[in-house]
Amino acid sequence: MTDNTQPIVIAVTGLNAIDSPGPGVAVIRAIRDGLNRPVRIIGLAYENLEPGIYMDGICDKTYQISYPAAGSEVLYNAIKYIHDIEKIDVLIPNFDAELYNFITIAARLKALGIHSFLPSFDMFDARDKLNLYAFGQKHNLLVPKDKVIYNSNELAQVGDDFGYPLVVKGKYYDAIVAHTLEQAQKAFYKISAKWGLPIIVQQFINGTEVNIAALGDGEGNATSIIPMRKMYITDKGKAWAGITLEDDALIELAQKFVEATQWRGGFEIEIMKTAKDELYIMEINPRFPAWIYLSAGAGQNQPAALVKMALGEKVLPFTTYDVGKLFIRYSWDLIVDISKFQQFTAFGSL
Amino acid sequence: MNRAAQSTQTQKFKPMIKKNIATNEFGFVFNPATGDSFSSNPIAAEIIGLMKVNNSLNEIKKTLLEKYDADKMTIEKDVDDFLQILKENNLLNN
Repeated sequence: MTDNTQPIVIAVTGLNAIDSPGPGVAVIRAIRDGLNRPVRIIGLAYENLEPGIYMDGICDKTYQISYPAAGSEVLYNAIKYIHDIEKIDVLIPNFDAELYNFITIAARLKALGIHSFLPSFDMFDARDKLNLYAFGQKHNLLVPKDKVIYNSNELAQVGDDFGYPLVVKGKYYDAIVAHTLEQAQKAFYKISAKWGLPIIVQQFINGTEVNIAALGDGEGNATSIIPMRKMYITDKGKAWAGITLEDDALIELAQKFVEATQWRGGFEIEIMKTAKDELYIMEINPRFPAWIYLSAGAGQNQPAALVKMALGEKVLPFTTYDVGKLFIRYSWDLIVDISKFQQFTAFGSL
Repeated sequence: MNRAAQSTQTQKFKPMIKKNIATNEFGFVFNPATGDSFSSNPIAAEIIGLMKVNNSLNEIKKTLLEKYDADKMTIEKDVDDFLQILKENNLLNN
């Protein structure tokens, strides 16, 4: 039985609330708003300028951890070190690139008493950009055609097959729409320099961008589904404003995905809705989106529900949400004393 | 169908705004399925209000003609144009 007077210690990554934000700050806000229990939030940051480290009322303490490239053993040792001090109850990773390591060590962390609510490797791989088209074919879901390439020489052939424009995507992040072979080559080098190979080239679909934030219970049921249309999109393709929608077809699509994968945890489906109302799945992100605080605002607090589910509590599926609820992101200059920056930089915690 | 019968049918036609479309007295129109929102002028808001209480096209035009100082042709054209805009934006059921 959970002691409701003791704070639940929750470790969260993704504190980079920047122009292309990680979801961590939004996840923490939602948990603080909706868990109705005392919490102690432990931030896990990769960089010393992630705003969530310094924002008031977000993290109670933050530790610096190594980049995912350091491997799962380094990550395990870091988390164990932090756990020895903080006694973490629940851990919520929020980056695609770190999830492989966190899934790898999930069982060992559970043995230490650290709960998580993550997909299995099979679930994780099914929606991987590299496998998404095959996944769509298997489950009768619309996914644009794609081609995985390792060499820019392959672009000309893909361009002939798909026609222009086409979309050049990185394995984890970034997507650039290319209207010519030259633009496609430039995008290939730009993205591969940042995220490595392979590169995914995807057929371009014209339509309205709609996203869904959802939470699967790991048994084929969706605990929560919130569809949102991007109202304002930044030059990096990120939603700067969005609005919740009422659309049964979108809800059914998310339910179908959860049923097919038995998804455990939060995820986001990026959809292009065509003029003919076709719903093309462009990407499925294996974690909460940066706009997840809207789920709390609309009446389905997904991060708070995930914490309860990670702790083994039964959470009944949400049945209603507010349609027409908007989020509007904003920038805010945080004034930080050099001593705090120095403390985090020199000692790796604040 | 002869022209007279067609005309009678057109006048009896009841334009129906989709059930889930939210509107208010200030002319704000919100489509929850697409997230689109629109601002309409007071007369357009009045037309939507008349549609919501199940008026036929003929009744809508008659009401406006009685209320405003405009000739029949102008009112009919404006109402028809506005219905076309609603249709193009996927706000009508029929």
